[in-house]
Amino acid sequence: MQSGAEGACVIQGTGHGMSEPSKQIIHDAVETLTSRFTDSVKPDERQGYSGLLVDPQKLVEFATVLRDELGYDYLSSVTGVDYLPDGMMEVVYHAYRTAGGAALVFKAQTPREDAVVPSLVPIYPGADLQEREAWDLFGIHFAEHPDLRRILTWEGFHGHPLRKDWKEAYFEEDAKPFDIRWPDGKAIRVEDSTQYRKNVSYPSEFTLDGWVPEGDTLLYAGMGDVQASDGNGDDIATDTIIVNLGPQHPSTHGVFRMVAELDGETIVDLKPVMGYLHRNHEKIGERNTFLMNMPFTDRLDYICSMGNNFGYALAVEQLMGIRPPERAEYIRVMMAELTRILNHIWAIGFLLNDLGAYFTPALYVIKERELILDIFEAVSGSRMMCNYFRFGGVARDLPEGVIEKVHDLVYERLPRHLDELDAYLVQNEIVRARLIDVGVLPAEQAIAYSAAGPVLRASGVPYDVRRADPYSIYDRFDFDVAMRPNGDSYDRFLIRLDEAHQSLRILRQVLRDIPEGEIQTGKPRHQVRVPAGESYGRVENPKGELGYYVVSNGTPNPWRYHVRATSFINLSALGEMCKGHKVADVVAILGSLDIVLGEVDR
Amino acid sequence: MYGWGILKGLGVTLKHFVETFWDDLRWLGKRYFNEEALAVRQGTKARGIFTVQYPEEKLTLPEEFRTIPFLVYELDEHGEKQYRCTACGICSKVCPPQCIWIQRSTDPETGRPVPSPIEFSIDIDMCMNCGFCAEFCPFDAIKMDHDFELSSYDRQATHIYNKEQLSKPVSYYASIRPTNYAREEEARAAKAKSKAEKATG
Repeated sequence: MQSGAEGACVIQGTGHGMSEPSKQIIHDAVETLTSRFTDSVKPDERQGYSGLLVDPQKLVEFATVLRDELGYDYLSSVTGVDYLPDGMMEVVYHAYRTAGGAALVFKAQTPREDAVVPSLVPIYPGADLQEREAWDLFGIHFAEHPDLRRILTWEGFHGHPLRKDWKEAYFEEDAKPFDIRWPDGKAIRVEDSTQYRKNVSYPSEFTLDGWVPEGDTLLYAGMGDVQASDGNGDDIATDTIIVNLGPQHPSTHGVFRMVAELDGETIVDLKPVMGYLHRNHEKIGERNTFLMNMPFTDRLDYICSMGNNFGYALAVEQLMGIRPPERAEYIRVMMAELTRILNHIWAIGFLLNDLGAYFTPALYVIKERELILDIFEAVSGSRMMCNYFRFGGVARDLPEGVIEKVHDLVYERLPRHLDELDAYLVQNEIVRARLIDVGVLPAEQAIAYSAAGPVLRASGVPYDVRRADPYSIYDRFDFDVAMRPNGDSYDRFLIRLDEAHQSLRILRQVLRDIPEGEIQTGKPRHQVRVPAGESYGRVENPKGELGYYVVSNGTPNPWRYHVRATSFINLSALGEMCKGHKVADVVAILGSLDIVLGEVDR
Repeated sequence: MYGWGILKGLGVTLKHFVETFWDDLRWLGKRYFNEEALAVRQGTKARGIFTVQYPEEKLTLPEEFRTIPFLVYELDEHGEKQYRCTACGICSKVCPPQCIWIQRSTDPETGRPVPSPIEFSIDIDMCMNCGFCAEFCPFDAIKMDHDFELSSYDRQATHIYNKEQLSKPVSYYASIRPTNYAREEEARAAKAKSKAEKATG
């Protein structure tokens, strides 16, 4: 097993207080940028905010300097915020250096009506899907974007749902808790009662009869001309054809569609189509109070709910300026690392399913996963929808017997299982033939497309948030950042085994060091006070970097709640990876990306 | 040798296959419908097939397991149900999907609110089983149930549970969550004692 011990080159820095070198790097970058762009870049001086405000006119130039001269080559998150009272839309960017360190945040402001910002896709191709999302949900137009179509809502959708003045079907009130529940709450079935029951609105000229799904036509047209070519130098003229894979297909891991343009059986172009499971998680989150969002985060990447809780707790704790007690930190890391093992073996099992090894490998890993879920159930009460983290701690202490069980798993059961998986699959000739050199993603492309997690590290980029920008207590543990050099599907498969081994290493240290003590800072409260400001909490979730951008205006409900969903952004590179391969390989490549549609579609 | 990897992999499958039969033999035909065997089959030392023969066999639920909430009551000397709930509304305010409706009593003479619910309803279709209501209730009046067999034939008519349907005796709570119950009773007793001391002193 080859693991990159790349830890030495890494700079510390965390939302909880940046280390000196990291501060210095950010400071220098800010100096350079403000002196270079004297009139168009200024520091964001609103209370609780940080970063730079960039004039949209200069945005492209700014981003070029940022990437090429200052080394911020990784654009993690792009999202919009609707500042309705100020009549302004803001696009928020978080850029990182793959060498490590904290984020450089920059923002572009534009009037709410007729919001236009230049697209950064030419500089950071990873902004593609995220800009489409911001267009779809906020109505911010990204000039020069190559393919600005709706992405999460359907193409006939009217309005932009994350705008603050947009009301959804079954709308009750702007913010929870709703008044009609107490003290005079007479139960009703909400879907029968609200005045907004049928407030689905369509464009004025729209009729359902005779509606042609224009979006599909556009999509297909965007795939290139479907016309005769002269074949491969032969006399027979061939057409390329367009084939829809999904949305209803077992290989897509959910309801997900890929539109592939084929020349014979070879992929010429491929585009992902998503949003079938869209429920506007972020709008729900902005109606919720801060605490109410915790169980909703479980439902994003439902395989890794503990990890989702972690990121959200970090983001809000940054705003509140609190940290959990020692024991809670260790419990959090224990849960996050168990989640990582669970997710990685699950991903391997289902990759094999995609390759046609129906359910034997998948059931072997599910068997081990069940044992980890037993632990989650014992501590949190639920196997998958854990809802275990709280701001400043965790919900409850570990019940009796849990530590012993984790001990058994970490020292005996799981290492044995990982070795068994190794013997079972790694040298298997069919697995190798199907995965080696399939879906190669070179390092530069992986960074450019903002790929994260195992996908990025299997392309030879040793970037792991736990090391590059440590959060919680990850700076205390001794572990290697797993790295594989080839960027093909086989490496993406192997790296999951490597990472599971590293997680076991961390877990052994957790079991050795976990102290007794409190599990919650302060008294548990159902109504937390969150000071006004913004924060970005990010964790290395099993599938990659999961970030939460939270804006508070001092009220009990977040003004903005955005999820940087790894599975979603990892799909940016799917088209590139599939080009030139056969249809059957698409399934393997998608399997090796490891997506969860609950997180892709939100 | 080409094909060696596949053979080695098939060896693993064969091992699993044999283990299942070996484990059957080990239990001498008592591998199923047997508490002791179930615990082993579900534990970290399990070998062979691990499925549970539901509904004849059921998993042992950990104490913290949660499905939908229920209201705790105690029986007084007249056999009347005394609810712990004071209709303070914290559960309904903290509920993420807002599925709890509480109607607070009012004194018919003065018109002032009385700390007790006339009606308490939960739409169990909306409930996301998060457990916040039980976690933040200051009176230990609402708790999460262990009963997971909740299916019914008519969604529209039967899925809003009223106070009567949500009620369960405190003895039931003590039976499903003994550790929590013991800890809470201790705290309640200590609180009552300090209150009594304050009142007399």
